[in-house]
Amino acid sequence: MDATAISVSGLVKTFGPTRALDGLDLEVRTGEVHGFLGPNGAGKTTTLRVLLGLLRADAGTARLLGGDPWAHATDLHRRLAYVPGDVTLWPSLSGGEVIDLLGRLRGGLDPKRRADLLDRFELDPRKKARTYSKGNRQKVALVAALAADVELLLLDEPTAGLDPLMEAAFREVVADERHGGRTVLLSSHILSEVEALCDRVSIIRAGRIVESGTLAELRHLTRTSITAELVRPPDGLVELEGVHSLVLDGTRVQFQVDGARLGEAVARLSAAGIRSLTSQPPTLEELFLRHYQTDAAGADGRPREGTSR
Amino acid sequence: MTTLAGTGGLVRLILRRDRWLLPLWVLVLALLPAQTAAAIDQFYDTPAKLGDLYGTIVTTPGLRAMLGPVFGATLGAITVWRAGLYFTMVGLASLLTVIRHTRADEEAGRRELLGSTVVGRHAPLAAALLVTFGANLVLGALLAAGMVGVGLPIAGSLAYGLSMAAVGWTFAAVAAVAAQVTEGAGGARGIAVGTLGVAFALRAAGDTGGSGSGIGWLSWLSPIGWAQQTRAYADERWWVFALPAALVVLLTAAAFALQARRDVGAGVLPARLGPAEAAPSLRSPLALAWRLHRVALVSWTAGLALLGALIGSVATSVGDMARESTQLKDVLERLGGEKGLSDAYIASAMVIFALAAAGYAIQATLRLRAEEESGRAELVLATPASRRRWATSHLLFGLLGPAVALLAAGAAEGLTYGLVGGDLGHQLPRVLAGALVQLPAVLVLSGIAMALFGLLPRFSPLSWAALAVAAFLVLFGPLLRLSQGILDLAPFSHIPKVPGAAVSATPLAWLLVIAAVLAAAGLVGFRRRDLVSTA
Repeated sequence: MDATAISVSGLVKTFGPTRALDGLDLEVRTGEVHGFLGPNGAGKTTTLRVLLGLLRADAGTARLLGGDPWAHATDLHRRLAYVPGDVTLWPSLSGGEVIDLLGRLRGGLDPKRRADLLDRFELDPRKKARTYSKGNRQKVALVAALAADVELLLLDEPTAGLDPLMEAAFREVVADERHGGRTVLLSSHILSEVEALCDRVSIIRAGRIVESGTLAELRHLTRTSITAELVRPPDGLVELEGVHSLVLDGTRVQFQVDGARLGEAVARLSAAGIRSLTSQPPTLEELFLRHYQTDAAGADGRPREGTSR
Repeated sequence: MTTLAGTGGLVRLILRRDRWLLPLWVLVLALLPAQTAAAIDQFYDTPAKLGDLYGTIVTTPGLRAMLGPVFGATLGAITVWRAGLYFTMVGLASLLTVIRHTRADEEAGRRELLGSTVVGRHAPLAAALLVTFGANLVLGALLAAGMVGVGLPIAGSLAYGLSMAAVGWTFAAVAAVAAQVTEGAGGARGIAVGTLGVAFALRAAGDTGGSGSGIGWLSWLSPIGWAQQTRAYADERWWVFALPAALVVLLTAAAFALQARRDVGAGVLPARLGPAEAAPSLRSPLALAWRLHRVALVSWTAGLALLGALIGSVATSVGDMARESTQLKDVLERLGGEKGLSDAYIASAMVIFALAAAGYAIQATLRLRAEEESGRAELVLATPASRRRWATSHLLFGLLGPAVALLAAGAAEGLTYGLVGGDLGHQLPRVLAGALVQLPAVLVLSGIAMALFGLLPRFSPLSWAALAVAAFLVLFGPLLRLSQGILDLAPFSHIPKVPGAAVSATPLAWLLVIAAVLAAAGLVGFRRRDLVSTA
């Protein structure tokens, strides 16, 4: 088995005047749950459609499970399952019929797993698809995909229509999948979901990947927020590289600090005597917002340096 | 009445939401007939020419099936005939308007938003009906004024305007009932449009025979038929208006009664449950296509077989009738009825089968596009099912479906024609051949739809335009004395008039080759292009 399940480089896809993918690079390792993070319109769905051979890339290369997704589409599809972001089903078929049909087209599904998933997602398979809500249609596609015996799951915003309870059920199921050794590419714009589920994350913006790495690596790029009550005013905090948004009010301090400088900053606080300390760990959200709050000039993909000092 | 509280406000809301759409269809349908009258007046400027046209219509079942009966050789009566499709259109516009402001709102949850304000339970339905009824009255009045404007008699113009409004009212009321029955707007629309389709089919079937024939009574089962039977400009029969009036009262009362018994959001028909597991056979793109196409296949086949049986059963009497009128006989013989008048009637009815089968062919083939646009194709194509397998599974129904339907129509027609005439063994093969020779022309339309789908998917609906042009050329081309070169553009123009004329294989083979090339080009094109969904 290859070490990389998906490797994409320099992918370009244009629709008329719009450049949906603009030199996208993406690497998903075998066996990992990879978060594909970005808001609507950033190019997540287009990427997945190229990987499925539904769209043909204008430039760049894409390899999926060691094959060319356009030329070897049918062979590759035996080894993967896909859940689209907006699931539409055949109105006259029941949910159970759709699950079985899609499963059989993929080469059969495990009846025990099917029953277990229906149970966990609380889905009634006898209802006609025309009566399902968006969330229930999504569950149909999820059950069909998860009950299939495949190596790779491509999930496009799979929880967009699910309620919080079902989201929790979904997280459990994906965690199981990871233990089972399957590779998952999970596109999402919900940061907490990606934080909870994914080993590695790629952030897409305007058709390009602007950040990619493990959560720990990405957290390293983000800042921790610190609020402290000290015995005496701290020394040398103002001059310290990597400290941002510093508010000094006598013995009370509040600031943000880059991950790399956290130890040094805490050492200086400690030197001034700590009465109380709250530290808020960096969230993906901050990192995300930093990429998305930049203006057009920041579109080159590098996080802009903090200017508030 | 508190259940109607807020109706006035809702009427204003509908008028605001439809401020472009409503005037558009009202004006277009109100003003086009006067245009038609002016055009006919220019073309057929003497009573003799009008008489000729009248004779042609009376002897051509295809023309009557398409547009309706003609009751006189005057400009007014012929205009009402020529504008016959507008009756169906006003019905369609009216029923869509009612569903849009009742069940569609309910499904989208807008009704709930209103229900929490001071709006009575019956107010939304009442408002939708008031607006649609009012729009039809305006349409009728404008239509009558326009017809008087081009110099036609006042009484006839009034009857004509009123008959258009009557069709609009009737199908608005049909839609009001349909909107109570299902939970989804799509289902309600399907029921209402289906009712309109049945009304059209009944009228078309009845009118192929004409009033004196054994199947003329079928037209009297259709609200569209009633509108035409009021005989505007041909000694109007005002009492006929009592029929739509009674039906509208009945249906409207039924709609309100049904509404009073159900919850908001629910339908009268409970949503039925399906199987929890798929049948073992549902395991391939072809099996899925069969599930998606079988209702249409059975409906089209049964519909065409029924029409065939009806036409076959009256063909003998139509021949006898025309034989008695020397004027009609002349016209019919000029039209190329070679062997017998009945044969000519049978042969000319084949055009109707061909056009209907072509409509089915396009509908079935374009199912591909509907599947693609909705995103359902994506679900299948992300599995190991190849694009070619998926596309051919639907195309198969676009090619074989019309063949089955034509076969059934020809067999049923030959059977009844032969049984009535007492020479089944002789007639059945002749009539069956007459239906089957239409197939190559029909398949060209499947080919056009497939080629557009594969190569220019966004332009797929142009297949319908191709059918409209072909139908116009084959039905009205000879009437307008268009040159043979133009008539030849329609695939149906190359089909021999069987029974009667000799069959030559060459044009049929060419049509088959063209259909095959178009379909193959579509398949190849589809394998090379992006999947385009609107989702």
